[in-house]
Amino acid sequence: MALEKPYTNVPGTTIFDAEQSRLGYHLNQFCMSLMKAENRTRFKANERAYLDEWPMSEEQKQAVLARDLNWCIRLGGNIYFLAKIGATDGRSFQQMAGSMTGMTEEEYRDMMISGGRSAEGNRYTGEGGDAQAHRQPQGRAGQKASA
Amino acid sequence: MAKITASVYTSHVPAIGAALDLGKDQEPYWQPLFKGYDFSKQWLKDNKPDVIFLVYNDHATAFSLEMIPTFAIGTAAEFTPADEGWGPRPVPKVIGHPELASHIAQSVIQDDFDLTIVNKMDVDHGLTVPLSLMCGQPDAWPCPIIPFAVNVVQYPVPSGQRCYKLGQAIRKAIESYDEPLKVQIWGTGGMSHQLQGPRAGLINREFDNAFLDQLIADPAAQAAVPHIDYVREAGSEGIELVMWLIARGAMADVNGGAKPKLVHRFYHVPASNTAVGHLILENQA
Repeated sequence: MALEKPYTNVPGTTIFDAEQSRLGYHLNQFCMSLMKAENRTRFKANERAYLDEWPMSEEQKQAVLARDLNWCIRLGGNIYFLAKIGATDGRSFQQMAGSMTGMTEEEYRDMMISGGRSAEGNRYTGEGGDAQAHRQPQGRAGQKASA
Repeated sequence: MAKITASVYTSHVPAIGAALDLGKDQEPYWQPLFKGYDFSKQWLKDNKPDVIFLVYNDHATAFSLEMIPTFAIGTAAEFTPADEGWGPRPVPKVIGHPELASHIAQSVIQDDFDLTIVNKMDVDHGLTVPLSLMCGQPDAWPCPIIPFAVNVVQYPVPSGQRCYKLGQAIRKAIESYDEPLKVQIWGTGGMSHQLQGPRAGLINREFDNAFLDQLIADPAAQAAVPHIDYVREAGSEGIELVMWLIARGAMADVNGGAKPKLVHRFYHVPASNTAVGHLILENQA
């Protein structure tokens, strides 16, 4: 029997379940290694060489090098692990979260100060909310893309 | 015998710890948040417990993907604040209560909850931020603390129902401990937030406040709410709220006692990516 997954129809959301965890095991464990200051230094000195020490897929390495967190998550990354890359880069959780929406840091921060993203239209895929696939990227980047 | 005197509920957003550590707590962005805890700091001084049983989750700090315990109880004599990648927070080390923790482990495991017993564990912002919010910046935390870590990182996390029943078993365990200790149980995490994907930044004020109402008035009904409702309504990381049900399940009214007294309630948006909620419930003598 397949695992029951009632959460696959939430837009813009990947639930870190056993399947994602298996897919992302080495990616996430690489992230974990960055909790040691000496590893952060080695990674920053030569990112590619450091990544090559890990049995990650080439695509996972490319996603890390690109700092594309949505891509990392599709490949099994979990945000609490990926946050160690952000910490290594000196980025805050808010900067990391915002980067996945396509919004600028300022746009995302302003959205949060105005009360955050509404759940309206963002509960099920196929609704009309701003987290839906057809409305990416968000913010000015999205306005440019659709202009 | 030991008794549970009160339960405290609060979000544990890492940016709150950073704001305090970097002296930004009086800045306009943070000031309204910290103001919501002024009452609580005084309350904690006036109602100092002998031990705090602190329910929180580890955020890929002490537990990597090598081991993912669903429920882990810290039985060590002390716990060090972790380096989460930004360097350790400049906060006091956490002094445990090995005797009470071991007693709770023995009682709760024999009550059919399979806890993982942890004798070596660094504690992350999930545990230290609630302490900072409730105590400010002291040289030492006010009392020993028993860390109780819940997996809410890799799905499936324990259900609300399981957490609520576990709280009841913890209450029974604490109240069968011979020493007359005053114990507070804290439930932390939440409220609505999502840290990942294009839906990052989700906040649901209505859901959060309905959760607070029901947690106070009818926790059994709140315990029946399935995971998917939290994910859909409160964001993928809003699932942390199940941990509040452990603390609520440990209150006297769940076992036929008097309803607790609500002494403080606070809600604020935003702290970084997150809605902050906070309650203090006292057991009636």
